Amino acid sequence: MRINLNVNNVAATVDVLPDTPLLWVLRDVLNLTGSKFGCGMGLCGACTVLVGGRAVRSCMMKVGAIDGQPVTTIEGLSPDGLHPVQVAWEALDVPQCGYCQAGQIMSAAALLERTPHPTDAEIDTAMSGNLCRCGTYTRIRQAIHEAAQAGAAAPNQ
Amino acid sequence: MKQHKRAPQPPTSKGGTLMRINRRSFLQLTALAGGGLALDLYRTPFAAAQEPEAPHDLTPQAFIHIAPDGVVTIMARASESGQGMRNMLPMLIAEELDVDWKDVRVEQAELNEKIYGRQFSGGSANTPMGWEPMRRVGAAGRQLLITAAAQTWGVPAAECTTQSGRVLHAASGRSAGYGELAAKAAALPAPALSKVKLKDPKDYRIIGHSQTGVDTHAIVTGKPLFGIDVELPGMLYASIEKAPVFAGKVKTANIEQIKALPGVRHVLVIDGGITPAAYTPWEPGMEPGIAVVADTWWQAQQARKQLKVDWDLGPAATQSTEGFNKRAEELLKAPPGTTVRKYGDLDAALKASAKVVEATYQFPFIAHVTLEPQGATAHWKDGKLEMWSTSTLPADGRGLVAKTLGIQESDITTHMVRSGGSFGRRLQNDYLVEAAWIAKRIDAPVKLLWSREDDVAHDPFRPGATVGLKGGLDAQGKITAWRHHFVTFGDGKQSTSGGGMGQDSYPAGFPPAYALYTSMQPLMLRTGALRAPGDNAYCWVAQSFLDELAHAAGRDPLDFQLDLLSNKQAPWTAGEHDAVGDHEPTGQSVLIPERYKGVLELVAEKSGWAKRGKERGRGMGIAVWFCHLGYFAEVADVSVDAQSKVTVHRVWAAGDVGSQIINPNAAESMAQGGIMEGMGHLAQEITLADGVIQQSNFHNFPLMRMRQTPKIEVYWRKTDYAPTGLGEPTLPPILPAITNAIFAATGKRIRTLPLQRSGFSWA
Repeated sequence: MRINLNVNNVAATVDVLPDTPLLWVLRDVLNLTGSKFGCGMGLCGACTVLVGGRAVRSCMMKVGAIDGQPVTTIEGLSPDGLHPVQVAWEALDVPQCGYCQAGQIMSAAALLERTPHPTDAEIDTAMSGNLCRCGTYTRIRQAIHEAAQAGAAAPNQ
Repeated sequence: MKQHKRAPQPPTSKGGTLMRINRRSFLQLTALAGGGLALDLYRTPFAAAQEPEAPHDLTPQAFIHIAPDGVVTIMARASESGQGMRNMLPMLIAEELDVDWKDVRVEQAELNEKIYGRQFSGGSANTPMGWEPMRRVGAAGRQLLITAAAQTWGVPAAECTTQSGRVLHAASGRSAGYGELAAKAAALPAPALSKVKLKDPKDYRIIGHSQTGVDTHAIVTGKPLFGIDVELPGMLYASIEKAPVFAGKVKTANIEQIKALPGVRHVLVIDGGITPAAYTPWEPGMEPGIAVVADTWWQAQQARKQLKVDWDLGPAATQSTEGFNKRAEELLKAPPGTTVRKYGDLDAALKASAKVVEATYQFPFIAHVTLEPQGATAHWKDGKLEMWSTSTLPADGRGLVAKTLGIQESDITTHMVRSGGSFGRRLQNDYLVEAAWIAKRIDAPVKLLWSREDDVAHDPFRPGATVGLKGGLDAQGKITAWRHHFVTFGDGKQSTSGGGMGQDSYPAGFPPAYALYTSMQPLMLRTGALRAPGDNAYCWVAQSFLDELAHAAGRDPLDFQLDLLSNKQAPWTAGEHDAVGDHEPTGQSVLIPERYKGVLELVAEKSGWAKRGKERGRGMGIAVWFCHLGYFAEVADVSVDAQSKVTVHRVWAAGDVGSQIINPNAAESMAQGGIMEGMGHLAQEITLADGVIQQSNFHNFPLMRMRQTPKIEVYWRKTDYAPTGLGEPTLPPILPAITNAIFAATGKRIRTLPLQRSGFSWA
């Protein structure tokens, strides 16, 4: 079945069954491999992308249910890798293995979009669905605070 | 993924000129580096690393490539799974080559141990293995460039200096970039690596200065980097259905029906090569199953769900956690199977003690759960095999593939690809063999990916154990005797991988009378090395029981342990997989009491241990451990609520890994990560019923989450010893630091893990 998608502001038509999870359409059909497979049950957050600006687990979201909402993946978060969250992540050298970090970054970007200056408690709530097996949570928290400050300094972003 | 689609390029084919340093000079180097830090002399807790290293022709030409524009490419020889090897090893070379880090490009080496030496990432070994040789490789390169400049200018080499990738001659005011000199330098006879001059550490501009991960930008922008991201033209995707019981075989299955499902190209029955027995070797052979190969992984996965398989479950179906525990209790009461270590008159010492404390500790099996599930990509074409491997022991993987497929190792090319975590898991190569096996049977490249459920159920688990302890105290509250009965798994002669205990395991050597006994029960299950193998659990047992003894003696646990460390009673032995005996007291492969005390005292100072409060429901615990050549002491500040829910507020860690922290920002992160993993272990368990693993995904095999993360402070105690690794030694002490803190907060001693089996859970 042909399904029309808008991924990272690019229109794409894919021919897949509508119950195929968005993650596998992104990875194996559109060759956008930044979103990762970790659990297949929405438990780890490695597959997090934005659908209509909301952070969703793409391993659980059927591609047929997207219904025209724009999809943003790590590849499309910014044209040049300079989204304040990406900049902060790089400045603090957050990743260890790095496998979860696309999902962490997408969750953090969604958090800052609706809560530009989150408290630690708000970070806990927004980020506790994203597992990091390497345990980089201390750095992730710091990076979110840094990105929040940078976002305030550059209101256009 | 782009960098994987092109043919593997030998470094010489890229234009520019390579340094040449001959084999003879490397042999001099190995002799130098062999003084206590070679791999076979250090604590290697898994069998695969104990095999002697094959001779190889390590030369700097393999590592350093200088283009005419001065850009320096340094080959990273070790696989990367998050420990920062792709930074650390090239940083050592770049420092002594005397170039700016911004001018360095790091390229992943292909598997070729003939030119790169041991390409192995495990056992926190890359720092001690690489510290001296990699710096000497860089220094020899610098020396050649100086000689080239001196000859060009007709000046004495001794008058030349280097700075930021240039050779300078101050007297004549001349200078030349490395790129201009590289061609001439390559034609010169190489200096002996053992003779090259190394920098004074005070002149370091790269080592000791935080350098952002070479892949960090690619990671935060979602570039294809990982094993799962490998894409080849015409590639198919595979998923394997295995029996719910270890090594269970396929009797019959609806193969034809599955072949007709959408996208399915091949359905292959794997007979497997495992004979379940009381002792399961490190690489026991292929597990039987049914491989479904399809146009997309999702299709393979969907087709797999339609499989109807009649399994011959085999003898492993009789195994259960309940049965293991019951048998362990019997073995604890029976005379021990083996005496691993015994000195002093234990019975007399216990009899003469003012107080005797007895306790039984038990810890469970746990799984690795790397966030990237296991998988590999392979392509069989014209009698040759090309593999994209995330293995941290890739040479073993190649050997195993060759043996399993009946092909020559020389017909295999291995590309080393970054993985989404290893923690010891990728030292074993089962998934790589599976991908290669499938590839040889089809006419297309294939990417195998395990589901999370496959990954949990077919992990080479950290084995559990039950430990009977008896400790004696005299009237002054000093330890008189320690009896340690370790009930593990194996055939009575060999313990299962990751389930052995060495003769020098702390506190062996310190109590006046001591015995370590082992008993074993059979285990038909794959086990392996999980980050700080053995130590990740033995530390919890020993440091918890020491805390019990301190409390029984009415003494402060810190003073009690410092006192014990001041009175070593027996020499080190050549343990099964512990230290080598002839290094006492200066060798690094055995516990040096002064270093152990040093980190304890530092963590006590930083945490305010002496002034800690005594409030109901809140407590601090302390623990220390030595493993993989590193020393860590940790203190946890914990509160426990009325529902026995545990919150860890703050952790202080003090580490001693020698004279130099090579990449400080990454080192701190690694220590924090080890602590988070250790916390995770406290609430994890793998259990069996009728041979079937009862856990399947992160809902019943949890990892720590953001909201449970304490504030973690890391402090370094610099000592004069050569730098050692950080992957493992940060982890073990956090488990007993937390359970000892829970005792301080509640008066309840946790002797059974996970926490929930002792009535506690994370808040």
